[in-house]
Amino acid sequence: MSLRIASSPHQHSKRNTGSLMRLVCYCTLPGFAAQLWFFGWGTLFQFIIAVAVALGTEAAILELRKKDFEKALSDCSALLTALLLALCLPPLTPWWITALGAFFAIGIAKQLYGGLGHNLFNPAMVAYVILLVSFPVAMTSWLPPQQLMQQGYGLLDSLSLIFTGYSNEGYSLNQLRSGADGFTMATPLDSVKTDIDLGLTVEEAMAKPQFHEGTGVGWFWINLAYLAGGLVLLKAKVINWHIPLSMLLAVSVTAGFLHLMSPDLYASPWFHLFSGGTMLGAFFIATDPVSASTTNLGRLIFGASIGFWVVIIRTYGGYPDAVAFAVVLMNMSVPLIDYYTRPRTYGHKARR
Amino acid sequence: MSEYHELSWQGLWKNNAALVQLLGLCPLLAVTGSFVNGLGLGLATTLVLIGSNTVVSLVRNLVPREIRIPIFVMIIAAFVTIVQLLMNAFTYNLYLALGIFIPLIVTNCAIIGRAEAYASKNPVGFAAFDGLMMGVGFSLVLVTLGGMREILGNGTLFDGMEFLLGDWARSMTLTLFETDNKFLLAILPPGAFIGLGLLIALKNILDRRLETLGAPRPTDKQVQRARVTAES
Repeated sequence: MSLRIASSPHQHSKRNTGSLMRLVCYCTLPGFAAQLWFFGWGTLFQFIIAVAVALGTEAAILELRKKDFEKALSDCSALLTALLLALCLPPLTPWWITALGAFFAIGIAKQLYGGLGHNLFNPAMVAYVILLVSFPVAMTSWLPPQQLMQQGYGLLDSLSLIFTGYSNEGYSLNQLRSGADGFTMATPLDSVKTDIDLGLTVEEAMAKPQFHEGTGVGWFWINLAYLAGGLVLLKAKVINWHIPLSMLLAVSVTAGFLHLMSPDLYASPWFHLFSGGTMLGAFFIATDPVSASTTNLGRLIFGASIGFWVVIIRTYGGYPDAVAFAVVLMNMSVPLIDYYTRPRTYGHKARR
Repeated sequence: MSEYHELSWQGLWKNNAALVQLLGLCPLLAVTGSFVNGLGLGLATTLVLIGSNTVVSLVRNLVPREIRIPIFVMIIAAFVTIVQLLMNAFTYNLYLALGIFIPLIVTNCAIIGRAEAYASKNPVGFAAFDGLMMGVGFSLVLVTLGGMREILGNGTLFDGMEFLLGDWARSMTLTLFETDNKFLLAILPPGAFIGLGLLIALKNILDRRLETLGAPRPTDKQVQRARVTAES
């Protein structure tokens, strides 16, 4: 029998970057579908716009840098960035905001830092933060779930709202957002935050029609769908369990602590876990292999800090959701975390 | 004459206070939200630079080496106070808009840097001219960055020039486009950082182009082959 001698790494995985990225894209599909179901066709168009601009920008900049852009495009990393950005945007965001976001994600946050594998920050989240601080009104204009809306809107309405700002019947986005009583329905996170500022208790805030049993209508199922997709990613060993688990635990513990202190002022951990982008963030965004921590202990710290910041910024910050801010904030700390959590090399003693 | 030429080249481009030395970035990043703010701070800094360089150069042989820095700082502070009072008197709105960043010109490292590195070692004429060129170079960057951010964030250019030039300048405001969704990022501090980064990158690219233009094109070398092996 012949013994073949192979050099390290002794890892026999047939996966390359492209197949990994595509697998992550497929795993967002349940959440994507749930978003389409509850919030209409807008997200699909956002995805198309974002992908077109992202791939175009990537190709153009790689051409400028005299690199082989066909190879770079086929690894699907730009596609995944565009997909994640599109999933975070309100479905009926004007097209040029999405295009600007995709350009910033690829152009500024990724290629200016040196391309795939060199970016300090998660490109999709940098783009989201840039858009959120630049266009706060447009970026928080989520429609209520379709099931609660006065005016339904279909495929063509979404298209025309994204490109012209008005639906086929001439309703503007703001008119569509108004409920039966003429009040604008905000997202659950936004609405709870505003109501608590107005002096209501959490329980009173959640008596509105867009809530059902302690979470937002629609948002619960969307988060559940992302959770399912994330578990598939875990099972396929695309991501490790460290970051999602520590992040969700930290969200629960922080929110639980606040909730126990004063149940009237702070929403329950259940609400925080299944609102906004918690699950999408935990499984698909914080686990970005480039900008996340690389050691196992570091990953635990990284995830837990994101979870902590998500709840703190959601509760005390100026913007309704906080996953993007938390992720970008912790991306900054990754070099430090990695420095202090270097694993012991085999054969060396532990540092005293 | 060549000394003046060299000073201009150094101040405006090669050794630009903002783009190369990266000095005085605090006011640079903080007040360049519009063209007129950039111009106002640029003019103030230039005046202070010329004044302080001149005086430092005049007293350079009287100042004991050990306590030169406090003395330079006092000279600079005197000129900053003069400029601040002048702005308070003649361009009050701009004075309000620039706020704390006028007194903070004292701490601008570009100024004490020039005083220490150039003015304290050279005759008055050169020192004053160096202050002028360094100030103009700094102002150009302030104005470019301010204009860029104003166009991107507000869609206007030269808005508020009446603060500096008097009422007739009200008509200078150019409205390039109008939008309900302003690109706030350009006006906010991150926009200043990104904009300055892009300007520095642009300067480096231009420098590299200039270098390749100036350098003679490498000619094809004629390779002389020498036989190194013995004949067989």
